[in-house]
This record gives sequence, C-alpha cells and structure tokens, in this order.
Amino acid sequence: MDLTTLTYIAVGLSFALYIGIAIWAKASTTGEFYVAGKGVNPVVNGMATAADWMSAASFISMAGLIAFLGYGGSVYLMGWTGGYCLLAMLLAPYLRKYGKFTVPEFIGDRYYSKTARIVAVICLIFISFTYVAGQMRGVGIVFSRFLEVELLTGLFVGMGIVFIYAVLGGMKGITYTQVAQYCVLIIAYTIPAIFIAFQLTGNPLPQLAFGSTVNGTGEYMLDRLNQVVTELGFLEYTTTNKSTIDIFAITLALMVGTAGLPHVIVRFFTVPKVRDARSSAGWALVFIALLYTTAPAVGAMARLNLTDTIQTGEVGAEDGNLVYEERPDWMKRWEATGLLKFEDKNGDGRIQYYNDANAEFATKAAEYGWAGNELSVDRDIMVLANPEIAQLPNWVIALVAAGGIAAALSTAAGLLLVISSGVSHDLLKGTFTPNMTEGQELMAGRVAAAVAIVIAGYLGYNPPGFVAQVVAFAFGLAASSLFPVIIMGIFSKKVNREGAIAGMLVGLIFTMGYIMSYKGIFIPVLIENVEANWLFGISPEGIGVVGMLLNFIVAFAVSKVTAEPPEHIQHMIEDIRVPKGAGGAVDH
Amino acid sequence: MDEQSAAYWKRNVKLVSVLIAIWFIVSYGFGILFVDALNSIEIAGFQLGFWFAQQGSIYVFVALIFVYVAKMNKLDREFGVREDD
Repeated sequence: MDLTTLTYIAVGLSFALYIGIAIWAKASTTGEFYVAGKGVNPVVNGMATAADWMSAASFISMAGLIAFLGYGGSVYLMGWTGGYCLLAMLLAPYLRKYGKFTVPEFIGDRYYSKTARIVAVICLIFISFTYVAGQMRGVGIVFSRFLEVELLTGLFVGMGIVFIYAVLGGMKGITYTQVAQYCVLIIAYTIPAIFIAFQLTGNPLPQLAFGSTVNGTGEYMLDRLNQVVTELGFLEYTTTNKSTIDIFAITLALMVGTAGLPHVIVRFFTVPKVRDARSSAGWALVFIALLYTTAPAVGAMARLNLTDTIQTGEVGAEDGNLVYEERPDWMKRWEATGLLKFEDKNGDGRIQYYNDANAEFATKAAEYGWAGNELSVDRDIMVLANPEIAQLPNWVIALVAAGGIAAALSTAAGLLLVISSGVSHDLLKGTFTPNMTEGQELMAGRVAAAVAIVIAGYLGYNPPGFVAQVVAFAFGLAASSLFPVIIMGIFSKKVNREGAIAGMLVGLIFTMGYIMSYKGIFIPVLIENVEANWLFGISPEGIGVVGMLLNFIVAFAVSKVTAEPPEHIQHMIEDIRVPKGAGGAVDH
Repeated sequence: MDEQSAAYWKRNVKLVSVLIAIWFIVSYGFGILFVDALNSIEIAGFQLGFWFAQQGSIYVFVALIFVYVAKMNKLDREFGVREDD
C-alpha cells in the first residue's frame, strides 16, 4: 500500500476513535462541561494532562530543536517538565481543595475582587489564544503534508473534529479523547525512536542508546557526535554558547510558566480528591517523561544520521561529500516542500554541509574548494523525516502523521475549553449576567467554545507573522501574572486585593513591554534583540522570571501598606491548606 | 487556625521546602550552574552534567513528586485530615 493510503487509514481510524469517545462522554451539566464532574481517576487524568500538555511543538519541533542546539536544547527538556513539581507541591492540591471550576474564579474569591478576576481572565484568554494559534497551524501543516490536501481543507477537518468533542463533551469529552490521543502520540513517537536506536547502537531503548557505542565502532554516540560536528565547524554538541544566566532564566521561566498555564492547572480540578491531585501530577509527569527522555536521544541520533548521510567520507577529501544526484528519496520529498534546500555554490555536484559562520573553519573550507554551506534544513522536519531517514516501513510514517495530529488536537481542545469557561463562567456568569440558569451557562460555554474554534482556525490559516515568538509570550505572561498570585494566595495570608492586582499588572506590563520592545510584536522593534542590549543578560524568552519577581515584590509591598484581607478570607486560606472536607466527586 | 492545623501546615511547608531544594540542586545546580565541572566526569558514554540536563533531572522530578505523594499521605493520616477518614 502506498504512503498516502496508509496515512488516510491511520488518521481516519484515530478520528473515528475520538468521535466515538465524544458521543459516549457527552456532558450534561456545567460541572461535567468544565471539570468532568470531578470524577476522573488520577492516572487517567495524568494521561489526559500529558496529552493536553504535549503540543505540536513538543511532538514535531522539540527533538529537531535539540538536534541543532545540543546542550542548549536542555532548557526545553527541563523547563517543560520541572514545572510539574511546582504544580504538584505548590498549586494542584490546594486548588483542588478550593473546589471550584476555573483559575480566575480562585483568584477572584481569594482576593475578594471582581477586578482581580477580570484581570486574570484577560491574562488567561490572551495566553490561551496565542498558544492555540500555533496548534491549529500544526494541524493544518500535518494534514496538508501527509494527506496531500490544501492547508485550508486540512484546517477545516481539524476544526470539525475538535468542534465535535470539545463542544459536545466539554471537559468530560476532552479528558477521555485526550487519553486516546496520548496513546496514539506516544506510540507514534517511540516506535521510530526504538527502531533508529537499535539500528544505530544495537540498544533498542533510546534513553540508553543515547549513551551507547555506535555499531561497528567502539565510540560512544555522544563522543562521535561531538567529533563529527566540530570537524564541520559546528559547536560541540554537549556545550552551548548561551550565557549561564540566560539558560538559567529561560529554564525557570518555562517551568514557572508551565505551572501558571491555565489549561494545565484546570486539569487538577477534575480529580475526586486532594490526594488524587497530588498523585495525578506525578502520573502526568511519568507520561510526559516517556516522550521527554526519548526526545534528546532522537535529536542526537537525527543529527548524527543527517551528518553521516551528507559527509560520507573524510572532511575535505574530494569525494568526501554526498553526490547530489545520488541523494536519498527522503531528501527529494522534503525538497518538494521547501523545508530542505540545496544550492550547489561551488558547482561540484556534491553537497557540503558545514558551519560557514565559523570564521576559522571557513578559511579551511575555502582551501577544500567549498564556497559556503549548501544545505539548509528546517528544524521542524527532523521528527517527521526521521523514520524516512532511517528507512522505516511506510506504516511507521503514517503513524507519525496520526501522532502529530493527536498532539496538536489534544492541546487545542484543552485550550479552547479554558477559553470557553473563562468567557461563560468568569465573564458572563461571574461578572456580567449572574442570574443565568445552569442550562443557559452550559449553552454559553458551548457557543464560546465554537466561536473560539473559528477564531483559532482563522489564526491558524492567517498566522500573525510571529507565531514562533508568541510562545515566549504565553509562558512569560503565565509566569509573571498568574503563577505568583496563585502561590501567594495559598502560602500567604497577608497578601490582599490591592497587592494582588498591583502585582499582576506590574508583572504583566513589564513582561509584555520587554518582549514587545525586543521582538516587535504588535509594534515595531524598539531595541535590537542582541545579548548586549538585554537586561541582566536575560533574553526575552527568559524575562518572565524578572516579571515574576517584580510581581512578588510589588504584591508584598502594597499589601504591607494597605488593609489586611478580611477574616473570612483568612479562614478560606486556612481551609484550603487542609485536605479534609473537599467537595466530593460526582459519579458518572 | 487551631494548633493541630498549624502543626500540619508547618510540617507540610518543611517537606515541600526540602523537596524543592533537591529539585533546584539537581536541575539548576547539576544541569546548569555546575555543568562544566560535572562534564569532566564521564559515566557510560555520558558527560555527567549533560546527562543531568537532558535525562537525569527529569527522572529526579518524577521521583520527587511520588516521594511527596507518599509523605503527604502519611502526614494526612497522622493528623487525621484525610478526606475519607
């Protein structure tokens, strides 16, 4: 069977599964729609959280990013996993004990202020929309590449599927589809990794193959990788040229941002008990770690395979490089997409792939008769092309397509749901039209989800030029606005309404302002985005950390000079600190 | 807050502080601040600092959460604040 047919079968079957689950898990109350009736088993919830968390970026882009960044890619590995420790120990159990539906609701109650709630909703909607635009784009790309349909058609299919289970099933439908999506995506990710690890080192476990010797040589894979990349003028794989403070700040901003992302936090509202919220975070991290410990191995193996494919012989030897006409089929296929480009600069009919930005190596290269790097490889193709590079059977490639779509859809659905609950529960029911019946609120939630899907689809088709950059934005905002006020709301009885609102606004405005001035989002670039210009040497990706610190400082300072929180709030804080007495589960 | 709850909260905060300190040392210490020093040690094909940054810290994160879960369950029982007691 050819690849396209197989891909249709793999994707079609996975879709049939998701729709089947959606019909089975239709939500009938707002409780089921927002938090799945708080009846989800912690292991199941952990798996759903993992699917919710791992987006198209984790699945498609991360390993490729690591392949080219080497050690520098560690910021994503640690940054996108370490936040779960913060969630488990500092947030999830207390928010579950508090026992309502949304993050802004907690902030509004704890700080006895509708203003605080509205500021939180605005942060939430902004964070979620920037995030979801990237997901819809990912869905569209996988569709159009593997199913050979127009981007727009692909987007419509993806939107339609999400519409069915998010609008019908709410959190309940999403939770159980996400479990199925996790299974699809983790199988799709690990199978090619296992095959490649075995081919390259004889050890099928990618996590171990990563530190094993390469077949046919006595050399460890990472030593060999360091050697082959430095021979071509690239930076040693296990080092980085980023400053330590920047690596530190980016990792911390990603961790804290993870713990402050509303669509992740809200998942811990769905389990029956406080202790389930704790263990559920642990299970989520187990399921995430399966992919996140495989990814660096995939990255390293992909880099080695790519380099070995092109540099077939000794560096500098006349016949040391791959002859363009003899290039493998996968290169031809990816050339057609424009994501892999070859330009024969020195006219020798062979591909030279090296670091021509390295001045020292460039002189050497000139002696070899090389006239510049001739191959450009988009990082995003590494995971998708990996099975082809390793010459795996077509069904594996079809599976990877289904996995990529599962990763994007599960995250998009989770985000759409927090947007819809933010609108229907926090803005309408909580602020503007408090007299709504439950039926009306449920309807409003569904309409809000539907509208959010259409906007997300539009953003996916006409992405603002800065889709890649807005990721920094989403994490920076979550780290500097929501995370600190939730933490202070639990761990301090002194921080009051005035402090929280001032803290959120200062953190938010500082972080937004910094990122916008350097990256030129919505406005022209004000300051050139180079290390010399950064505050404390921290790049816009890591600046959320400074925003977070400002938020803490301002909140404590303002609370000190204004009235203490009223007594019933202090009682509420005492109450959420103790597990006993949480609202029970709803059976379904 | 009654004495019992205050004592429970104090023990909780102490446990979390210890675990967060380990969390910090392993990821930010071993994986970032002291990565160069640790990289001079090579075990089974991995430079140690690099391994902590790309593998080890993640395993430690998982372990920390489950240690936290077990210790908190014990603490909940000790203070009689488990939800279904």
